[in-house]
This record gives sequence, C-alpha cells and structure tokens, in this order.
Amino acid sequence: MAEGLFYNVSGGYVEGIVRGYRNQLLTSTSYNNLIQCESIDDVKLQLGPSYGDFLSTLPPNPSTSSLADKTLDKLVAEFRYVQANSTGSLAKFMDYLTYAYMIDNVALLITGTLHERDTRELLERCHPLGWFETMPVLCVATNVEELYNSVLIETPLAPYFKGSLSHQDLDELNIEIVRNTLYKNYLEDFYRFVNEEPGLKGTPTQEVMSEALMFEADRRSINITLNSFGTELSKQDRKKLYPNFGRLHPEGTLMLSRAEDVEGVRIAVDGVYDYKTMMDQTGMGGGSGGGGGGLGNQSGGIGAGDEGKSLEDLFYEREMEIAKLAFTYQFTHAIVYAWVKLREQEIRNITWIAECIAQNQKDRINNYISVF
Amino acid sequence: MSGAGDREPVFPTRQSLGAMKSKLKGAQTGHDLLKRKSEALTKRFREITRRIDEAKRKMGRVMQIAAFSLAEVTYAVGNSQIGYQITESVRQAKFRVRTRQENVSGVFLPQFESFQQEGVDSGFGMTGLGKGGQQVQKCRDTYTRAVETLVELASLQTAFVILDEVIKVVNRRVNAIEHVIIPRTENTIKYINSELDELDREEFFRLKKVKGVKERAAATEEEARKKQARRESDKENQQANGEDGETKNVLGDEGDEDVIF
Repeated sequence: MAEGLFYNVSGGYVEGIVRGYRNQLLTSTSYNNLIQCESIDDVKLQLGPSYGDFLSTLPPNPSTSSLADKTLDKLVAEFRYVQANSTGSLAKFMDYLTYAYMIDNVALLITGTLHERDTRELLERCHPLGWFETMPVLCVATNVEELYNSVLIETPLAPYFKGSLSHQDLDELNIEIVRNTLYKNYLEDFYRFVNEEPGLKGTPTQEVMSEALMFEADRRSINITLNSFGTELSKQDRKKLYPNFGRLHPEGTLMLSRAEDVEGVRIAVDGVYDYKTMMDQTGMGGGSGGGGGGLGNQSGGIGAGDEGKSLEDLFYEREMEIAKLAFTYQFTHAIVYAWVKLREQEIRNITWIAECIAQNQKDRINNYISVF
Repeated sequence: MSGAGDREPVFPTRQSLGAMKSKLKGAQTGHDLLKRKSEALTKRFREITRRIDEAKRKMGRVMQIAAFSLAEVTYAVGNSQIGYQITESVRQAKFRVRTRQENVSGVFLPQFESFQQEGVDSGFGMTGLGKGGQQVQKCRDTYTRAVETLVELASLQTAFVILDEVIKVVNRRVNAIEHVIIPRTENTIKYINSELDELDREEFFRLKKVKGVKERAAATEEEARKKQARRESDKENQQANGEDGETKNVLGDEGDEDVIF
C-alpha cells in the first residue's frame, strides 16, 4: 500500500486536475440536450458551458469539422497542462500516450514523402497530441531513406522502427502495414512499460493499464483480421500485426491468423466471453459474408435502429466502460489514459451529433456513446 | 398583288417560274421534315427532362447517404486524416467514364457510361486496418453509387443542353421556312404569273394593234388602187381632152411604197 502513501507526492496534483476534467465531461443530460438541437448554432450554444472559450471564435453555423477541431483544441490544451505538471513515471506515461498519435503523424508524413508531396503542408494536418519538437525535421527529407534515417534519429518512435522495419519496407509495404506494425510495437512497449517500470510495477496503474492495453491489443487484432478480408494482406503478414499480448494471445491470435471469414473470427474469439457476446450482438456470426453485409447494414441501420450497432461501436462502448472503471481506482496514472480516451469519445460524439444535425439524419443520432 | 409583299429579285420569265415552283416544293418538303425532326427532338427533350428530374432526386438521396457514411467513417476512425490517406494511396482511377454517341434524329448526343476498371487495385483496401476499415469500405461503396448517379446525371444534362440548342436551331429553321421562305416564294410565283399574264395581254393588244394597222394599210392600198384605176381611166379621158398633164404629176406622188410591217 506504499503507493497510497507516496503517490500524491508526485502525482497528486495531476490526479486531482484530471478528476476535475473528468467531471467536466458531458453527461447523458447534456447529450439529451444536444440531440434536441435544430442547428449547429444550437449545438454550439449547448456546448457553451464546457467548451465556451474554445468555440467562441467560431463563425456562426460552423462546419462540423471546425467544431471538432475546436473541441480537440481543448483536449490538447488540457493535455499539455497536465503534461507540463507531470513528473517522473507519470511524465513518461504521458509520453507513451502521445506515441500513438505520433505513429499516425509519422505515417502521414511517410505517405506524403512517398508521393513526393510538400510535407510541410502536412504538418498542420498532423494530430496535435502527436506533435514532437523535431517533427518539422522530418519534412526536410526528400526521399524515403533520408526520412527513415531522420525518423530513427529524431523521433521517440525509433525503437518501434528498429528491428522490424527497414527503409526498403517503407517504400514497398503498404503504409497501413507500416502503421500497424508500429502500433503493434508501440502497444507491446507500452505494455512492457506499465508492467516492468519500477515506479508502476505492482501499483493499480499496472492492473488498470494492463486491462486497457490488453483490450486495445485484442481490438486491433480482431479489427485487422476483419478488415483484411478481401485485401491482399496475406495471413503471414497479418499475423505479424497482432500484438503479442492480450486476452486472445496466444491461442486466439493464432486462430485469428488462420481465420478466413467472419465465422473464423467468431470461433477464434469464442474463448473470451466479452468478445463472444460482442460478435453475437452484431450478428456477425450468422455466416453472412462481411463484404455483402456492408450495403445491408446501410439500409438496415436506418430502419432498424439498435441493430445498426457495428462491432466497432461495441468496441468503443467497451473501451469507454474500461475508461469509466479506471476512475474507480485511486493513485494511478491510468486515469489520465482513461480521461484522454473519454474525451476523444466525447469529441467523436459531438462530431457525430453535429453531423446528424447538419445532414438532417436525426434517426441515427442516438448512435453516440454516453458514458456518464 | 404582283408587286406587293416581299419577293425574290428575279426576272419574270417562265424559266424562273419553273425554278421558283421547284423551290417552293423543296421548301414545303423541307418544312415537313424539319417539323417532324423538331417534334422528335422535343419528345426526346421532354423525356430527358423527366429523367433529369428523377436523376436529381436520386442524386439527392444517394449523396445524402454517401455524406452520412463519410460521417460514419470519421466517427469510426476518429481523426480527420483519413481523407488524405485515401487520396494519397490511390494511384489509378478504378472508376472510369467512357463516352459513346447516340444519334437522335441526326443529333449526336454524348452518353457517359461509368464502369469499373478491372485489374486496378483500389489502393486503399487496407486503410483503416486498425479501426474503421469496414466503414471505409462501406463509404466507398456508397460513394461509388453516388458517382454513378452523378455520371448518369452528367450525360443527361449534356444531352439536355445539346438538345436544347438543336431544338432552337431547328425551330428557327421551321419558322423561317414557314413564315419567310414559303410566303416569299409564293409571292414570287404570283408575281411572275401576273407579269407573264401582263405580257400576254400586252402581246395580244400589240398583235391587235398590228392587225389594225395592217388592215388600215390594206384599206389605203385598196383606195389607192381604186384611185389609180380611176386616174387611168381619167388619163384616158384627158388624153382625149389633152390638158390634164399637170394634175397627173400631182397624183403620181401618192404612188409611194407601202410600209410593210
């Protein structure tokens, strides 16, 4: 119980702040108000209490994307504040949080370099949370090899590149494979970090984060498998993208790597009750092909309301559940992770609701996930 | 009537009358044909208008669904980079448009046909592999349908514009033939006819005149001959009397030759 005694010395302030942020999150009442809105302006007005400062600069009737950008700005500002106040293992933990976004940004820059675009223009498209000081350096690179070297030298992602990707791979492999390889390495590294870092080992952080990361790993494995059907991604390559931990690992991932259709995925996840129920809920085990289900989903989703929930939606719900439960623990870094995830979901919810209102598709507006 | 109204500057001769008559006939046939063409085009035009209306409504629906599926993608993927990733990973267009021509009463209407190029990899089959991949593919399907509708609409709109133009031209021709060329040719024919009649009458009158002159001349000659005869008889008398020499010379002046026409 030593962590209870000494956690507050370094992390108490940040924990307090983050718990405060958590209380600012939109509740189901706020969402209920939001979905009653008739226009984006109304949405803006409803968001006033929590996002007032950031939305005030928006012109009347803003586009949904600019609305989303502004809500993201708030998350970034708060994250930066927390990051600035964090020390020790928490600072490192928060660095790990940003790596996920860095992977996306670096992948974006690689795409740009491969297609010989001016990568400087891409900098502003990058996710602000994944921004690192030396990122503009990557734009100097004109070919993939230079870029690869600068990535190795300049970015914190170097360990994820090293050993699994060479500069030829950047050229030849599909960017999605590069991205997912990096993400796999990142997840494994993060998992190792929360389990082996002296400051975190044996604390609630290890417990909560392990669960969250295992879920994340399983989710990625399942998603990659489902999304790779019908693409040229071979089974061997696919297997390499599965993180080497998680509740499905190793039997589940092995079976996933052999799965050829949705039914195969279902059998693979059968061992884990949570995923099994998710698959049942989406009706994906029904044997209908994944490809053909796309159009049916579209039309069925509008008419049948609740049945339109896709596996992704269920994963998001589960993720939110984990994030919500993280707040029941004290003296842990995991709440920062949970808070970021909750805020991201909130931004997605707001964007979704705003899109539904803007496009006058009110019948599916309830697809958002309200956590509190 | 002959001089009134618009007519073509021709000499009123039988030859030009013949030319005018064949021209009138040609104009009437042309008018009939053009009128029929215009009607056929108008029929087609109405059909296209109706189909454009349908296609536009369909486009509205499909685009709405498509835009919404894009919103779903944004929701599932959770960031806005997805658009860039997709546009960058595409190297070749899979969805292509070819044109062919359709002949409607001599008007060539371009028709756009959309088709999926075989053997072209979409290039972003793996986009959203980690998350949102299914939504991306779904969105792609809906947008493919949306673009199909747009192509259909585009070919209808082009046909609409071209037909509109052609119908205007044809109608202008029909009207020009109906209201200008045919009346003018008819006028010219009337004019030529009346001029020819006039000429006929003049000729007739002139012949009558000539005949009158000839008759008069014949009468004078007769008179002269009678006088001659009398004079000769007088001469015989004078020769008998012996003093009529001078008078004989005076009468001899009338012995001029007749004017013969």
